[in-house]
Amino acid sequence: MLIEITAEPLAPEPFLQHVRRDDSGAVALFLGVVRNESLGRRVLCLEYDAYPEMAERKLREVAEEAVARWPISEVAIAHRTGRLEIGETSLLVAVSSPHRHDAFAACHHIVNRIKEIVPIWKKEVWEDGEAWIEGEPVGEK
Amino acid sequence: MKATVKFFAALREMIGARELTLEVTDGQTVVGLFRELCARYPRLADYDSVLFYSVNAEYVSPDYALKDGDEVAFIPPVSGGSGAD
Repeated sequence: MLIEITAEPLAPEPFLQHVRRDDSGAVALFLGVVRNESLGRRVLCLEYDAYPEMAERKLREVAEEAVARWPISEVAIAHRTGRLEIGETSLLVAVSSPHRHDAFAACHHIVNRIKEIVPIWKKEVWEDGEAWIEGEPVGEK
Repeated sequence: MKATVKFFAALREMIGARELTLEVTDGQTVVGLFRELCARYPRLADYDSVLFYSVNAEYVSPDYALKDGDEVAFIPPVSGGSGAD
């Protein structure tokens, strides 16, 4: 299991290498990428803030949840912090599994859970202002 | 006794600091500490109903009783990952 919170650009290859296994016929890779618009406003860049010690711990928990629920071989998760330009990768999730269905399902679950429990926040910077984006508070962490 | 309080994102900008070390009274709860800070920083009160609390990097309930040296964080609703769905 490879978990990383980093201010450095995310390149997929080391994470893909980390999860590849001879018994795994599927590797699912998800990249969250900075988009140039949000709810009709042009986005110039994003800024991510994190509580790194806790975020790493929670990412590990999310990965462990997936390992407990699907027959997956290995997981790698990385999240960027700091200022990100349009097109840069903010989140990377790589999951390997013997079969594609489980790799897709586990990867999807991990991405959703990160948005619920991992203490990372993004600020959208627009042409005419900026705001910290806050997700829906969920009942049970 | 003392506790360290960490602030992130919008809360960090409101307080103007990433971290404060505060004197806390014996038996103070984590939500009690938040409400004390609301008196000093009134805009914090907007977060009263949506905030989660952590102590030593683990989520705790609002009525957690603080201990000397605890590291507290007030956690606004998270928004990591990629863009809105």
